[in-house]
Amino acid sequence: MADEVILLDFWPSMFGMRTRIALEEKNVKFDYREQDLWNKSPILLEMNPVHNKIPVLIHNGKPVCESLIQVEYIDEVWPGVNPLLPSDPYQRAQAKFWGDYIDKKVYASARLTWGAKGEEQEAGKKEFIEILKTLESKLGDKIYFGGETFGYVDIALIGFYSWFEAYEKFGNFSIEAECPKLIAWGKRCAERESVAKSLPDSEKIIKFVPELKKRFGIE
Amino acid sequence: MATDDVKLIGSWASVFVMRARIALHLKSISYEFLQETFGSKSELLLKSNPVHKKIPVLIHADKPVCESNIIVQYIDEAWNSSGPSILPSHPYDKAIARFWAAYIDDKWFISLRSILTSQGEEEKKTAIAEVEESTELLEKAFVDCSKGKPFFNGTDHIGYLDIALGSFLGWLRVVELDAGHKFLDESKTPSLSKWAERFCNDPAVKPIMPEITKLDEFARKVFPRQQS
Repeated sequence: MADEVILLDFWPSMFGMRTRIALEEKNVKFDYREQDLWNKSPILLEMNPVHNKIPVLIHNGKPVCESLIQVEYIDEVWPGVNPLLPSDPYQRAQAKFWGDYIDKKVYASARLTWGAKGEEQEAGKKEFIEILKTLESKLGDKIYFGGETFGYVDIALIGFYSWFEAYEKFGNFSIEAECPKLIAWGKRCAERESVAKSLPDSEKIIKFVPELKKRFGIE
Repeated sequence: MATDDVKLIGSWASVFVMRARIALHLKSISYEFLQETFGSKSELLLKSNPVHKKIPVLIHADKPVCESNIIVQYIDEAWNSSGPSILPSHPYDKAIARFWAAYIDDKWFISLRSILTSQGEEEKKTAIAEVEESTELLEKAFVDCSKGKPFFNGTDHIGYLDIALGSFLGWLRVVELDAGHKFLDESKTPSLSKWAERFCNDPAVKPIMPEITKLDEFARKVFPRQQS
Protein backbone atom coordinates (compact mmCIF):
# COMPACT_ATOMS: atom_id res chain seq x y z
CA MET A 1 0.00 0.00 0.00
CA ALA A 2 1.52 3.31 -1.05
CA ASP A 3 1.94 5.99 1.59
CA GLU A 4 -0.06 9.15 1.16
CA VAL A 5 2.04 12.09 2.29
CA ILE A 6 0.76 15.67 2.20
CA LEU A 7 2.63 18.75 3.38
CA LEU A 8 0.72 21.92 4.21
CA ASP A 9 3.34 24.61 3.93
CA PHE A 10 4.19 28.20 3.02
CA TRP A 11 7.08 28.71 0.60
CA PRO A 12 9.24 31.18 2.62
CA SER A 13 8.88 29.30 5.90
CA MET A 14 12.25 28.19 7.27
CA PHE A 15 10.31 25.68 9.36
CA GLY A 16 8.49 24.20 6.38
CA MET A 17 11.84 23.92 4.61
CA ARG A 18 13.01 21.50 7.31
CA THR A 19 10.22 19.06 6.58
CA ARG A 20 10.63 19.39 2.81
CA ILE A 21 14.34 18.59 3.14
CA ALA A 22 13.72 15.59 5.41
CA LEU A 23 11.19 14.12 2.98
CA GLU A 24 13.55 14.70 0.04
CA GLU A 25 16.43 13.09 1.94
CA LYS A 26 14.28 9.99 2.32
CA ASN A 27 13.08 10.08 -1.32
CA VAL A 28 9.49 10.22 -0.11
CA LYS A 29 6.99 11.45 -2.68
CA PHE A 30 4.71 14.07 -1.19
CA ASP A 31 1.89 16.36 -2.21
CA TYR A 32 3.04 19.93 -1.42
CA ARG A 33 0.06 22.20 -0.72
CA GLU A 34 0.77 25.92 -0.53
CA GLN A 35 -1.21 27.65 2.22
CA ASP A 36 -2.46 31.21 2.50
CA LEU A 37 -1.68 32.15 6.07
CA TRP A 38 -3.94 35.21 5.96
CA ASN A 39 -6.87 33.14 4.84
CA LYS A 40 -6.38 29.76 6.46
CA SER A 41 -7.83 26.74 4.69
CA PRO A 42 -10.27 24.32 6.35
CA ILE A 43 -7.73 21.52 6.07
CA LEU A 44 -5.09 23.54 7.94
CA LEU A 45 -7.53 24.43 10.71
CA GLU A 46 -8.69 20.82 10.94
CA MET A 47 -5.23 19.25 10.90
CA ASN A 48 -3.60 21.72 13.30
CA PRO A 49 -6.47 22.87 15.52
CA VAL A 50 -4.17 23.76 18.43
CA HIS A 51 -1.81 26.19 16.65
CA ASN A 52 -3.31 26.67 13.13
CA LYS A 53 0.28 26.84 11.86
CA ILE A 54 2.34 25.36 9.06
CA PRO A 55 4.06 23.09 8.37
CA VAL A 56 1.62 20.21 8.87
CA LEU A 57 2.66 16.78 7.69
CA ILE A 58 -0.29 14.52 6.94
CA HIS A 59 0.73 10.86 6.67
CA ASN A 60 -2.04 8.50 5.59
CA GLY A 61 -4.59 10.99 6.90
CA LYS A 62 -2.94 11.54 10.28
CA PRO A 63 -1.41 14.95 11.05
CA VAL A 64 2.00 15.55 12.66
CA CYS A 65 2.71 19.13 13.73
CA GLU A 66 5.86 21.09 14.65
CA SER A 67 8.76 20.94 12.18
CA LEU A 68 11.46 19.26 14.29
CA ILE A 69 8.95 16.70 15.54
CA GLN A 70 8.13 16.05 11.87
CA VAL A 71 11.83 15.60 11.02
CA GLU A 72 12.24 13.05 13.80
CA TYR A 73 9.02 11.30 12.75
CA ILE A 74 10.20 11.11 9.13
CA ASP A 75 13.51 9.63 10.30
CA GLU A 76 11.69 6.96 12.32
CA VAL A 77 9.11 6.02 9.67
CA TRP A 78 11.64 5.82 6.81
CA PRO A 79 14.79 4.59 8.53
CA GLY A 80 16.34 2.81 5.57
CA VAL A 81 17.94 5.72 3.76
CA ASN A 82 19.97 8.78 4.87
CA PRO A 83 19.56 8.65 8.65
CA LEU A 84 18.91 12.15 9.94
CA LEU A 85 19.73 11.52 13.59
CA PRO A 86 22.71 9.57 14.92
CA SER A 87 22.06 6.15 16.43
CA ASP A 88 24.17 6.74 19.55
CA PRO A 89 21.94 8.06 22.40
CA TYR A 90 24.46 10.71 23.52
CA GLN A 91 24.97 12.03 19.98
CA ARG A 92 21.19 12.11 19.52
CA ALA A 93 20.80 14.12 22.71
CA GLN A 94 23.43 16.58 21.48
CA ALA A 95 21.68 16.96 18.11
CA LYS A 96 18.34 17.57 19.81
CA PHE A 97 19.89 20.09 22.19
CA TRP A 98 21.16 22.16 19.27
CA GLY A 99 17.91 21.79 17.36
CA ASP A 100 16.13 23.09 20.45
CA TYR A 101 18.66 25.96 20.77
CA ILE A 102 18.03 26.96 17.16
CA ASP A 103 14.28 26.89 17.77
CA LYS A 104 14.50 28.96 20.93
CA LYS A 105 16.96 31.57 19.74
CA VAL A 106 17.37 32.13 16.01
CA TYR A 107 13.92 33.22 14.79
CA ALA A 108 13.23 35.91 17.39
CA SER A 109 16.50 37.80 16.91
CA ALA A 110 16.55 37.25 13.13
CA ARG A 111 13.13 38.81 12.87
CA LEU A 112 14.36 42.01 14.51
CA THR A 113 16.98 42.47 11.78
CA TRP A 114 14.21 43.30 9.28
CA GLY A 115 11.16 43.79 11.46
CA ALA A 116 12.47 46.46 13.84
CA LYS A 117 14.02 49.89 13.64
CA GLY A 118 16.63 51.96 15.45
CA GLU A 119 17.90 50.66 18.78
CA GLU A 120 15.66 47.59 18.75
CA GLN A 121 17.02 46.59 15.36
CA GLU A 122 20.63 47.15 16.45
CA ALA A 123 20.12 45.05 19.57
CA GLY A 124 18.47 42.35 17.44
CA LYS A 125 21.39 42.30 14.98
CA LYS A 126 23.89 42.04 17.81
CA GLU A 127 22.05 39.15 19.45
CA PHE A 128 21.53 37.41 16.10
CA ILE A 129 25.27 37.51 15.33
CA GLU A 130 26.12 36.25 18.82
CA ILE A 131 23.77 33.29 18.34
CA LEU A 132 25.24 32.54 14.91
CA LYS A 133 28.74 32.69 16.39
CA THR A 134 27.75 30.17 19.05
CA LEU A 135 26.47 27.88 16.31
CA GLU A 136 29.58 28.50 14.21
CA SER A 137 31.84 27.48 17.08
CA LYS A 138 29.72 24.33 17.52
CA LEU A 139 30.23 23.58 13.81
CA GLY A 140 33.99 24.14 14.10
CA ASP A 141 35.86 22.74 11.15
CA LYS A 142 33.38 19.95 10.49
CA ILE A 143 31.62 19.57 7.15
CA TYR A 144 28.22 19.38 8.81
CA PHE A 145 27.05 19.87 12.40
CA GLY A 146 26.96 16.12 12.95
CA GLY A 147 30.37 15.55 11.36
CA GLU A 148 30.63 13.81 8.01
CA THR A 149 26.92 13.34 7.44
CA PHE A 150 24.20 15.89 6.81
CA GLY A 151 21.53 15.63 9.48
CA TYR A 152 19.12 17.00 12.03
CA VAL A 153 20.99 20.12 13.17
CA ASP A 154 21.87 21.13 9.60
CA ILE A 155 18.22 20.67 8.68
CA ALA A 156 17.13 22.74 11.70
CA LEU A 157 19.29 25.71 10.65
CA ILE A 158 19.58 25.65 6.86
CA GLY A 159 16.16 27.22 6.18
CA PHE A 160 17.40 30.41 7.85
CA TYR A 161 20.30 30.46 5.37
CA SER A 162 17.83 31.25 2.58
CA TRP A 163 16.87 34.35 4.55
CA PHE A 164 20.45 35.50 5.24
CA GLU A 165 20.69 37.86 2.27
CA ALA A 166 17.38 39.43 3.28
CA TYR A 167 18.58 39.93 6.86
CA GLU A 168 21.77 41.50 5.53
CA LYS A 169 19.97 43.79 3.13
CA PHE A 170 17.28 45.03 5.50
CA GLY A 171 19.54 44.99 8.54
CA ASN A 172 22.43 46.57 6.69
CA PHE A 173 25.15 44.23 7.92
CA SER A 174 27.26 41.33 6.67
CA ILE A 175 26.82 37.87 8.12
CA GLU A 176 29.81 36.55 6.15
CA ALA A 177 32.11 39.13 7.74
CA GLU A 178 31.17 37.84 11.18
CA CYS A 179 30.60 34.14 10.50
CA PRO A 180 32.50 33.03 7.39
CA LYS A 181 32.52 29.33 8.36
CA LEU A 182 28.76 29.33 8.73
CA ILE A 183 28.34 30.85 5.27
CA ALA A 184 30.68 28.19 3.84
CA TRP A 185 28.55 25.54 5.59
CA GLY A 186 25.40 27.06 4.10
CA LYS A 187 26.87 26.91 0.59
CA ARG A 188 27.89 23.27 1.09
CA CYS A 189 24.40 22.31 2.27
CA ALA A 190 22.79 24.24 -0.59
CA GLU A 191 24.63 21.93 -3.01
CA ARG A 192 22.74 18.93 -1.65
CA GLU A 193 19.82 17.98 -3.87
CA SER A 194 17.32 17.85 -1.00
CA VAL A 195 18.25 21.37 0.09
CA ALA A 196 18.41 22.82 -3.43
CA LYS A 197 14.89 21.50 -4.06
CA SER A 198 13.54 22.88 -0.78
CA LEU A 199 15.03 26.35 -0.34
CA PRO A 200 13.64 29.32 -2.23
CA ASP A 201 15.98 31.77 -3.98
CA SER A 202 17.33 34.46 -1.71
CA GLU A 203 16.11 37.03 -4.24
CA LYS A 204 12.55 35.83 -3.85
CA ILE A 205 12.79 36.22 -0.06
CA ILE A 206 14.23 39.73 -0.45
CA LYS A 207 11.24 40.69 -2.61
CA PHE A 208 8.86 39.11 -0.11
CA VAL A 209 10.05 41.00 3.00
CA PRO A 210 8.39 44.36 2.19
CA GLU A 211 5.13 42.50 1.56
CA LEU A 212 5.49 40.74 4.90
CA LYS A 213 6.17 44.02 6.66
CA LYS A 214 3.01 45.45 5.19
CA ARG A 215 1.00 42.46 6.39
CA PHE A 216 2.37 42.92 9.90
CA GLY A 217 1.82 46.66 9.78
CA ILE A 218 5.54 47.44 10.04
CA GLU A 219 6.85 50.34 8.00
CA MET B 1 27.83 1.12 27.66
CA ALA B 2 25.88 2.35 30.68
CA THR B 3 28.18 2.74 33.66
CA ASP B 4 27.38 3.42 37.28
CA ASP B 5 28.61 6.99 37.03
CA VAL B 6 25.43 9.04 36.90
CA LYS B 7 25.02 12.49 38.43
CA LEU B 8 22.10 14.87 38.27
CA ILE B 9 22.51 18.58 38.97
CA GLY B 10 19.22 19.99 40.18
CA SER B 11 16.94 21.29 42.85
CA TRP B 12 14.12 19.69 44.90
CA ALA B 13 11.66 22.36 43.78
CA SER B 14 12.24 22.26 40.02
CA VAL B 15 9.62 20.69 37.79
CA PHE B 16 12.19 20.11 35.08
CA VAL B 17 14.61 18.36 37.43
CA MET B 18 11.74 16.18 38.60
CA ARG B 19 11.24 14.89 35.08
CA ALA B 20 14.81 13.60 34.99
CA ARG B 21 14.49 12.04 38.45
CA ILE B 22 11.28 10.21 37.59
CA ALA B 23 12.89 8.79 34.45
CA LEU B 24 15.93 7.63 36.44
CA HIS B 25 13.66 6.00 39.04
CA LEU B 26 11.62 4.25 36.35
CA LYS B 27 14.79 2.69 35.02
CA SER B 28 16.09 1.92 38.53
CA ILE B 29 19.27 3.90 37.92
CA SER B 30 21.25 4.99 40.97
CA TYR B 31 22.59 8.48 40.72
CA GLU B 32 24.22 11.19 42.77
CA PHE B 33 21.88 14.14 43.23
CA LEU B 34 23.85 17.39 43.34
CA GLN B 35 21.55 20.00 44.84
CA GLU B 36 22.08 23.55 43.65
CA THR B 37 21.66 26.38 46.17
CA PHE B 38 18.84 28.70 45.20
CA GLY B 39 20.23 32.02 44.00
CA SER B 40 23.65 30.80 42.94
CA LYS B 41 25.08 28.53 40.25
CA SER B 42 27.84 26.02 40.96
CA GLU B 43 31.05 25.76 38.93
CA LEU B 44 29.99 22.32 37.76
CA LEU B 45 26.66 23.62 36.47
CA LEU B 46 28.29 26.49 34.58
CA LYS B 47 30.85 24.10 33.12
CA SER B 48 28.31 21.41 32.19
CA ASN B 49 25.69 23.73 30.70
CA PRO B 50 27.62 26.75 29.43
CA VAL B 51 24.93 27.64 26.87
CA HIS B 52 21.89 27.98 29.16
CA LYS B 53 23.44 27.64 32.66
CA LYS B 54 20.25 25.92 33.82
CA ILE B 55 19.22 22.80 35.71
CA PRO B 56 18.67 19.91 35.24
CA VAL B 57 21.93 18.60 33.85
CA LEU B 58 22.45 14.86 33.69
CA ILE B 59 26.10 13.85 33.72
CA HIS B 60 26.59 10.30 32.52
CA ALA B 61 30.18 9.03 32.52
CA ASP B 62 31.32 12.67 32.61
CA LYS B 63 29.22 13.62 29.57
CA PRO B 64 26.52 16.25 30.16
CA VAL B 65 22.99 16.11 28.75
CA CYS B 66 20.82 19.23 29.08
CA GLU B 67 17.12 20.13 28.69
CA SER B 68 14.66 18.03 30.69
CA ASN B 69 12.69 16.44 27.83
CA ILE B 70 15.93 15.62 26.01
CA ILE B 71 17.32 14.09 29.23
CA VAL B 72 14.20 11.90 29.62
CA GLN B 73 14.54 10.66 26.03
CA TYR B 74 18.26 10.06 26.53
CA ILE B 75 17.60 8.00 29.67
CA ASP B 76 15.03 5.93 27.76
CA GLU B 77 17.52 5.24 24.95
CA ALA B 78 20.72 4.76 26.96
CA TRP B 79 19.03 2.30 29.34
CA ASN B 80 16.62 0.81 26.85
CA SER B 81 16.99 -2.70 28.19
CA SER B 82 16.06 -1.83 31.78
CA GLY B 83 12.64 -0.89 33.08
CA PRO B 84 9.61 0.04 30.99
CA SER B 85 9.83 2.04 27.76
CA ILE B 86 9.30 5.71 28.50
CA LEU B 87 8.45 6.82 24.95
CA PRO B 88 5.58 5.03 23.18
CA SER B 89 6.76 2.50 20.62
CA HIS B 90 4.89 3.67 17.53
CA PRO B 91 6.43 6.65 15.67
CA TYR B 92 3.05 8.38 15.37
CA ASP B 93 2.32 8.05 19.09
CA LYS B 94 5.84 9.35 19.80
CA ALA B 95 5.20 12.38 17.61
CA ILE B 96 1.91 13.10 19.42
CA ALA B 97 3.58 12.73 22.83
CA ARG B 98 6.35 15.13 21.75
CA PHE B 99 3.79 17.58 20.41
CA TRP B 100 1.90 17.78 23.70
CA ALA B 101 5.12 17.91 25.74
CA ALA B 102 6.18 20.93 23.66
CA TYR B 103 2.71 22.48 24.11
CA ILE B 104 2.96 22.04 27.87
CA ASP B 105 6.33 23.81 28.00
CA ASP B 106 5.67 26.52 25.40
CA LYS B 107 2.08 27.43 26.21
CA TRP B 108 0.53 25.85 29.30
CA PHE B 109 3.48 26.42 31.63
CA ILE B 110 4.00 30.00 30.41
CA SER B 111 0.37 30.85 31.18
CA LEU B 112 0.59 29.06 34.53
CA ARG B 113 3.69 30.95 35.56
CA SER B 114 2.18 34.26 34.50
CA ILE B 115 -0.51 33.80 37.16
CA LEU B 116 2.27 34.05 39.75
CA THR B 117 4.03 36.95 38.05
CA SER B 118 0.92 38.92 37.08
CA GLN B 119 0.67 42.55 38.10
CA GLY B 120 -2.88 43.34 39.16
CA GLU B 121 -6.23 41.59 38.97
CA GLU B 122 -6.91 42.05 35.24
CA GLU B 123 -3.66 40.41 34.19
CA LYS B 124 -4.28 37.60 36.64
CA LYS B 125 -7.80 36.99 35.31
CA THR B 126 -6.49 36.79 31.74
CA ALA B 127 -3.78 34.33 32.76
CA ILE B 128 -6.31 32.19 34.65
CA ALA B 129 -8.59 32.08 31.60
CA GLU B 130 -5.64 30.99 29.42
CA VAL B 131 -4.73 28.18 31.78
CA GLU B 132 -8.40 27.07 31.93
CA GLU B 133 -8.53 26.86 28.16
CA SER B 134 -5.25 25.04 27.75
CA THR B 135 -6.04 22.59 30.57
CA GLU B 136 -9.26 21.72 28.73
CA LEU B 137 -7.15 20.90 25.68
CA LEU B 138 -4.97 18.65 27.82
CA GLU B 139 -8.07 16.86 29.12
CA LYS B 140 -9.00 16.05 25.50
CA ALA B 141 -5.39 15.09 24.76
CA PHE B 142 -5.48 12.64 27.65
CA VAL B 143 -8.59 10.93 26.29
CA ASP B 144 -6.97 10.65 22.83
CA CYS B 145 -3.51 9.56 23.95
CA SER B 146 -4.45 7.17 26.75
CA LYS B 147 -6.72 5.05 24.50
CA GLY B 148 -8.62 3.81 27.54
CA LYS B 149 -5.47 3.07 29.57
CA PRO B 150 -4.63 4.79 32.86
CA PHE B 151 -1.81 6.99 31.50
CA PHE B 152 -1.04 9.38 28.62
CA ASN B 153 1.42 6.74 27.48
CA GLY B 154 -1.42 4.49 26.36
CA THR B 155 -0.09 1.76 28.65
CA ASP B 156 -0.40 0.69 32.27
CA HIS B 157 2.73 2.56 33.30
CA ILE B 158 3.74 6.21 33.20
CA GLY B 159 5.60 7.51 30.18
CA TYR B 160 7.08 10.58 28.52
CA LEU B 161 3.97 12.74 28.39
CA ASP B 162 2.81 11.69 31.87
CA ILE B 163 6.21 12.80 33.16
CA ALA B 164 6.15 16.04 31.14
CA LEU B 165 2.83 17.15 32.65
CA GLY B 166 2.81 15.27 35.94
CA SER B 167 5.99 16.95 37.17
CA PHE B 168 4.00 20.19 37.28
CA LEU B 169 1.33 18.87 39.65
CA GLY B 170 2.96 20.22 42.82
CA TRP B 171 3.36 23.71 41.33
CA LEU B 172 -0.12 23.52 39.83
CA ARG B 173 -1.51 23.03 43.33
CA VAL B 174 0.51 26.04 44.57
CA VAL B 175 -0.85 28.21 41.75
CA GLU B 176 -4.41 27.00 42.44
CA LEU B 177 -4.00 28.09 46.07
CA ASP B 178 -2.62 31.48 45.04
CA ALA B 179 -5.27 32.10 42.39
CA GLY B 180 -8.12 30.73 44.52
CA HIS B 181 -9.12 28.70 41.49
CA LYS B 182 -9.04 24.97 40.72
CA PHE B 183 -7.83 23.93 37.28
CA LEU B 184 -7.97 20.20 37.90
CA ASP B 185 -11.46 19.39 39.00
CA GLU B 186 -13.72 16.30 38.85
CA SER B 187 -16.44 18.15 36.94
CA LYS B 188 -14.30 20.14 34.48
CA THR B 189 -11.43 17.72 33.93
CA PRO B 190 -12.60 14.33 35.17
CA SER B 191 -10.00 12.24 33.32
CA LEU B 192 -7.06 14.49 34.21
CA SER B 193 -8.11 14.62 37.89
CA LYS B 194 -8.10 10.85 38.18
CA TRP B 195 -4.86 10.62 36.20
CA ALA B 196 -3.22 13.18 38.52
CA GLU B 197 -3.98 11.05 41.56
CA ARG B 198 -2.65 7.92 39.88
CA PHE B 199 0.47 9.78 38.78
CA CYS B 200 1.26 11.20 42.21
CA ASN B 201 0.87 7.76 43.79
CA ASP B 202 3.18 6.06 41.33
CA PRO B 203 6.20 4.56 43.13
CA ALA B 204 8.61 6.36 40.79
CA VAL B 205 6.96 9.71 41.63
CA LYS B 206 5.76 9.62 45.23
CA PRO B 207 9.16 9.83 46.99
CA ILE B 208 10.22 12.92 45.04
CA MET B 209 7.01 14.95 44.69
CA PRO B 210 7.67 17.96 46.94
CA GLU B 211 5.36 18.70 49.87
CA ILE B 212 2.86 21.40 48.90
CA THR B 213 3.43 23.57 52.00
CA LYS B 214 7.19 23.51 51.46
CA LEU B 215 6.72 24.35 47.77
CA ASP B 216 4.24 27.13 48.56
CA GLU B 217 6.74 28.67 50.99
CA PHE B 218 9.43 28.48 48.32
CA ALA B 219 7.09 29.97 45.71
CA ARG B 220 6.39 32.98 47.92
CA LYS B 221 10.15 33.63 48.06
CA VAL B 222 10.63 33.35 44.30
CA PHE B 223 7.37 35.08 43.32
CA PRO B 224 6.63 37.70 45.98
CA ARG B 225 2.93 38.46 45.90
CA GLN B 226 1.38 41.88 45.87
CA GLN B 227 -1.18 40.82 48.44
CA SER B 228 -1.02 37.74 50.70
